[in-house]
Amino acid sequence: MEKIYMDNASGTPVHPKVMEAMVPFLKEGFGNPSNLHQFGRITSDAIQAARGQVASLVNAKPSEIIFTSSGTEANNFAIKGILSSHKKKGNHIITTQIEHFSVLNPLKSLEKSGYVVTYLPVDKYGMVNPDDVKKAVTPTTTMVSVMYANGEIGTIEPIKEIGAITKEKGIVFHTDAVAATGNIPIDVLDSHIDVLSMSANQFNGPSGIGALYLREGVRILPFMEGGVQEGGRRAGTENIVGIVGMGKAAELAKLEMSQRIDKIQNLRNQLRDGILKNINHVYLNGHQTNRLPGNLSLCIEYIEGESVLLFLDMQGIAISSGSACTSRSLKASHVIMATCVDAALAQGTVLFSLGIDNSETDVKYVLEKLPPIVERLRQMSPLYNLKK
Amino acid sequence: MQYSPKVMDHFANPRNVGEFPDADGVGEVGNPACGDIMKMSIKVKDNVIVDVKFKTFGCGAAIATSSISTEMIKGKTVEEALTLTNKAVAEALGGLPPAKMHCSVLAEEAIEAAIDDYLKKTTGKGLEKKKPHAHEHHEH
Repeated sequence: MEKIYMDNASGTPVHPKVMEAMVPFLKEGFGNPSNLHQFGRITSDAIQAARGQVASLVNAKPSEIIFTSSGTEANNFAIKGILSSHKKKGNHIITTQIEHFSVLNPLKSLEKSGYVVTYLPVDKYGMVNPDDVKKAVTPTTTMVSVMYANGEIGTIEPIKEIGAITKEKGIVFHTDAVAATGNIPIDVLDSHIDVLSMSANQFNGPSGIGALYLREGVRILPFMEGGVQEGGRRAGTENIVGIVGMGKAAELAKLEMSQRIDKIQNLRNQLRDGILKNINHVYLNGHQTNRLPGNLSLCIEYIEGESVLLFLDMQGIAISSGSACTSRSLKASHVIMATCVDAALAQGTVLFSLGIDNSETDVKYVLEKLPPIVERLRQMSPLYNLKK
Repeated sequence: MQYSPKVMDHFANPRNVGEFPDADGVGEVGNPACGDIMKMSIKVKDNVIVDVKFKTFGCGAAIATSSISTEMIKGKTVEEALTLTNKAVAEALGGLPPAKMHCSVLAEEAIEAAIDDYLKKTTGKGLEKKKPHAHEHHEH
């Protein structure tokens, strides 16, 4: 069976060179980096090198990178750690309605303990208005958390404009850049970002490893307490193999970024144009120019996304669906709903997320398989005949 | 949680898809905001459901539960069909992931709605007392 992976938003395949870099540390990277002997030196040197590679990807200093277990941990760490170290200043946070659950759920918990959260709306392209951020600021605002790019609909947010506002107002600016880091250029200095979350498995590194960029001088409470690893801010013996893999993946992403963007964007556009040409009643989600290169999010009218996912899977094609049935809440994706898509239409959301391994052959194959699947499901749908 | 082979079989090869131009009873249940709409059409002769077809807008489990429940009521009397429970539908499919149990409830409701419609048309009176259902529109 064909094996076509177009679900890079859920996790990217590990680059062969990343794997190559990791293998020696699976074998000999057992030395605890906190130890002074030769075995410890090998691993502590490797971690320092990786810290430099990751820092360089977002134009930070190596000392500003804290390794975590995932993007989710980085988001939890940023939100809880920053807010609890800035309690004296206030209890107000500004965020958006389209954040990832690893931002929204910690904030929901904090609301129960007295924090006040403003959830900014987005326009129909999923874009936050920087003016709304400015207007929401109060004297008690301690933090603004706006995602760099949305992995579900692909929209890249006006981060630099928001960074200018938070800088002027003296508010800590956190961005969940898990979907963006390694896929588009990021410069934390230029965009005035104070805290940034990232995850290696979004840029062809291994899963189980992420990082937080924390601008020098920004106070944060430790996430894990114990030893002095990661400057005492994230205790626990380091995930050496993961860190080495993340470092290599960051180095490659930086080195190959413009070629990767050109290639992936071109394939994504071919797929988009082919679908729009061959299937009617299809709507594009997200902003069409300010968007992640590999992201193609669509609403296919009269049918439901999971059914499309399952039929494509039978043809060897892996994608994501954003439909209610994939979530326990039985609600359509909060991201899609925030862009005001009609509830029934939102159920037909599918996400193709292309990556470095995709080819034109893959795109052609999907374009051959998708239209009959859509037609078959529409013939089965009670909504189709009524509206046709 | 993954789907059982039986669910995948009924999803990939659904039985009795469609509707009748001269149906004796039609029932449509569900809500697009919840993710599924199920429409059941029945043909009844001498109190027996001689044929049944469905159309469903929904996920894999919704399509599979619609498909298998048409098989389960075909040839049954109206009274027998009304005893079909969502639990029996789920069991016949080799189980459903917990988050998808509402799909089996929807199938039970759709059959009930079709029979209710049939009774209204033939006797002028629908089902006396509908069974209480867990599946209502989900407001959060």
